[in-house]
Amino acid sequence: MKNQNLFHYTLQHADNCLILGQRLGEWCGHGPILEQDIAMTNISLDLIGQARMWYQYAAEIQGEGKTEDDLAYLRDAWDYRNVLLVEQPNGDFAKTIFRQFLFDSYSCYFYEALMNSSDEHLAAIAAKSHKEALYHIKWSADWVVRLGDGTEESHERMTAAVAELWPYSGELTKANKTEAEASKDGIGIDLQALKERRDAKIREVLTEAALTIPESTYAHEGGKDGRHTEHLGYILADLQFLQRAYPGLEW
Amino acid sequence: MDIKSLEDRFNEKIDKDIRIEPKDWMPENYRKTLIRQISQHAHSEIVGMLPEANWISRAPSLRRKAAALAKVQDEAGHGLYLYSACETLGVERDDLLKDLHSGKAKYSSIFNYPTLTWADMGAIGWLVDGAAIMNQVPLCRASYGPYARAMVRVCKEESFHQRQGFEIMLTLCKGSEEQKKMAQDALNRWWWPSLMMFGPTDEASTHTEQSMRWGIKRFTNDELRQKFVDATKPQADLLGISIPDEDLKWNEERGHYDFGEINWEEFFNVIKGNGPCNKQRIDARKNAYDNGAWVRDAAAAYAEKKSKVKQEAA
Repeated sequence: MKNQNLFHYTLQHADNCLILGQRLGEWCGHGPILEQDIAMTNISLDLIGQARMWYQYAAEIQGEGKTEDDLAYLRDAWDYRNVLLVEQPNGDFAKTIFRQFLFDSYSCYFYEALMNSSDEHLAAIAAKSHKEALYHIKWSADWVVRLGDGTEESHERMTAAVAELWPYSGELTKANKTEAEASKDGIGIDLQALKERRDAKIREVLTEAALTIPESTYAHEGGKDGRHTEHLGYILADLQFLQRAYPGLEW
Repeated sequence: MDIKSLEDRFNEKIDKDIRIEPKDWMPENYRKTLIRQISQHAHSEIVGMLPEANWISRAPSLRRKAAALAKVQDEAGHGLYLYSACETLGVERDDLLKDLHSGKAKYSSIFNYPTLTWADMGAIGWLVDGAAIMNQVPLCRASYGPYARAMVRVCKEESFHQRQGFEIMLTLCKGSEEQKKMAQDALNRWWWPSLMMFGPTDEASTHTEQSMRWGIKRFTNDELRQKFVDATKPQADLLGISIPDEDLKWNEERGHYDFGEINWEEFFNVIKGNGPCNKQRIDARKNAYDNGAWVRDAAAAYAEKKSKVKQEAA
């Protein structure tokens, strides 16, 4: 492959979108309020749409005549490059909201910066996705505040969600080798600059939500390089079932 | 104005096909019948999300996954318009939901059947949405304005879903032996419940006459059922799969297909709560509602805090 690093870089983002979209889709029909059921399905739909753009480009870079579905449905967990955060189970609505907020507070700045990529294709994906990411962050940040500063119960649930997911926050903004190289080549973005903006956003929203920012900076990592939690295998078992049970067919 | 003249004016509007609007006077029974009919439809939309949502995580391609998400989201949207239409008649969504959870309010029995294979996503779109369209298109001309307007939007989306479902079936029928078997199996399981969606026979239907008089029903159950059979048989032929009814044949004299007797015992059993998924569906709705109570409380508490702050600042 001519550009292995670009391929991996593209897959990392494709996998993030797909796995988070898949998780959010689990809420469909089970949301706490009909309007929020619709909102979560909508965000899931946006993320699946973004994943498709990323996979289509990844397949093109790979140059082996594969499709978006080959990449999504026929790789095992060790070849998936999503961050550990997105594969975490939905839990209660507070946990889903905080997982979403941690992702959105990364992805809105990520896409904003990626619009300047020297790779035109990436810049185009970024331009389209950035508009969606801005809507997502507005939704998830509003809910963090509403639940954090709502009732005693919602505050407790948000506090628990923050404590549980905080160790999965750091991986998004810590560059692995693929990202460091992509940034050096002018294809990818500078994650250190993004981290500062994202940390400020998280501080701002958590403060407004009357939630305490955990002191620990420990970050679980490895997802970007194919080392996952136990959850991903089950997600893929569901996601890939038909393609695995009846290989090589049109659906 | 006395009741008699109000009634006369109401009947005159119905006769002239002038829409009744929320602020107009209407007979109490008209209002109650509408609440029952519209809320039943709204409940069907949100319970109907469940059998299809069941396959979102397992959709066989990213394109199908996106389409499935969009479709189920549309159903939620329909539920929303219909609950809103109902609220114009002076009831609250929360009370309607309580009636659904207690079993007092009904929803379409079709959603008490399970979705066992991917082909069910095709069969539901093709048959269930197809039957729903037959029922619903005439309601775009219903006498109650907010209902008729909601139905216009619903029907547009439903006909898109129906084409999408047929296209899933077509892809399967053009595919491998296993895929074709999957499609046939889905048709076998969904055919009769789809015919039941039109309700009891005209002889056994209790509400038909009054509802037709009021213009909130435009055709009888049997007329609509016949229309559905006539439209669907050629589509099954096109797919190359067979409708599971030995008595189904063209009747030259009537200009319609004759078809076999529906198993009404099964129909009434499912309505009474003995369908394969009745309990599962209602439990899922109740859980969503009960587990969401703290979220709704938090949103209300937060909104109240904000409005207090605003008032104090003013």
